Amino acid sequence: MNMLKTLKITFSLLVIMLLSCNQSVFATDTNEGEQKEEDPIEAMMHHLGDANEFHILGDWSIPLPCIAWSDNGLLMTMSNNFEHGHKAVNGFVLHHGILMRVLGDDFPSDQTVDVSFVEEEHGHGAAEAHDHDHEGHQTVDVTGITNAPNSAESTEEADHAPQIKYGTNTYDLEACMSLQNTGSSWQDFSITKNVFGMLMALILLIVVFSKVSKGYSSREKQAPKGIQSFFEPLIIFMRDEVVRPAIGEKDWQRFFPFIMCLFFFILFCNLLGLIPIFPGSANITGNIGVTMMLAFVVFVVVNVNGTKDYWIHVLWMPGVPTFVKPLLTIIEVLGLFIKPATLFIRLFANITAGHVIILSLVSLIFFFKSAMGMGGAAAGVGLAVPFVFALNLLELFVALLQAFVFSLLTALYIGSAVEDHDDHSHGHDHATM
Amino acid sequence: MGAGIAAIGAGIAVIGAGMGIGHIGGKAMEGISRQPSAAGDIRTNMIVAAALVEGAALFAIVVALLVVLL
Repeated sequence: MNMLKTLKITFSLLVIMLLSCNQSVFATDTNEGEQKEEDPIEAMMHHLGDANEFHILGDWSIPLPCIAWSDNGLLMTMSNNFEHGHKAVNGFVLHHGILMRVLGDDFPSDQTVDVSFVEEEHGHGAAEAHDHDHEGHQTVDVTGITNAPNSAESTEEADHAPQIKYGTNTYDLEACMSLQNTGSSWQDFSITKNVFGMLMALILLIVVFSKVSKGYSSREKQAPKGIQSFFEPLIIFMRDEVVRPAIGEKDWQRFFPFIMCLFFFILFCNLLGLIPIFPGSANITGNIGVTMMLAFVVFVVVNVNGTKDYWIHVLWMPGVPTFVKPLLTIIEVLGLFIKPATLFIRLFANITAGHVIILSLVSLIFFFKSAMGMGGAAAGVGLAVPFVFALNLLELFVALLQAFVFSLLTALYIGSAVEDHDDHSHGHDHATM
Repeated sequence: MGAGIAAIGAGIAVIGAGMGIGHIGGKAMEGISRQPSAAGDIRTNMIVAAALVEGAALFAIVVALLVVLL
């Protein structure tokens, strides 16, 4: 009964915390120095993307190390040296929180100088507007933006080729690797929000699981206690319902640690992405690079551990007429890549969709405010906060579920790779997923 | 205009997801009504299948996002 009471108190505290610390506090930081009016959509993309500093409120942010390698050498500074885009260090600036390099041979690349940003007209609004009537009128609206013609089809990544002013000249900025800049002149090795978030998840994993395993070694033959009793049902469930049935009795123990690592890492990263403030505001699993690497690891594990039977089934499927075999080879080889691809796209899309919905509901408050003043903002708050609360609960569920589905499918793929077919009679059917 | 059509495409994809997940839920209800003692197993498998169907719909959402953002 003591545990029940503790659980009730914890749960009510959690509810109160969720109700009070919702992300509308977080969203008031759109008033950066450069922008006169808040642009909710840009703020939303800022929260969804990666950045080189943890932006908390207004001008207050927690700096992170910026490490960049270019032909000028290695740059290693803390991001507060960039003073939110007012200074350029060694030829790099921080544009809206993201590290960018200044293009131009005459820009000083060995000292810290003051720069100012060229005013962009509604950075994102222009990107939307140029869809319907901007194509031919590049000189009309783009008053603040020079060199417009070749940026007509730019995406919001380039923000119409962001530029800075130093002295009397205007220089272009180059992002490290954006969607339209696949070969950049420099490489970014900074500890960004996402990298920090992953390190945070790593530390949490180490701390939590060393406690859990110490519980097992020190409380042998006793009932589990404390954090061990929280994780034990999860681990036993994964072992008995997911890994053992999928991989089979022979080698499930080889892969169990890997699948558990995957499950808990993805779970912790998802949960960290839901926390609105400092240790957690990084949208880790909503970054397609992160999930792609997770799926790549799964791809490597599955294919390295594939038995001869597995490869024969992929490349020259037995049990079908010969004229069908080449076709099946093509399909199966494509499937080799598509199966991990579905893994990471599913995870990325689920997590990002959740974040987008929550951020959109919060920016609804700002739309109301710009339409109807403070009264509208209050109405917006009354409307949005319950929705955001409910959606945060749904997102909690989705975080758990997506981690579970990722590891379940990984277990199934590994199982299909390592299972041994005792029967080589060509009548057996395959569960092709 | 591409963005508008992408939005319509995303909406159509969600119709498919809704129908699929509704079907899964319905069959799960039937299964539970036939054998109430298997409710826990059925519920777990229902959620897994729903996540997979939702994954398929989310591919369409990702394509729509790509159209809008690229």
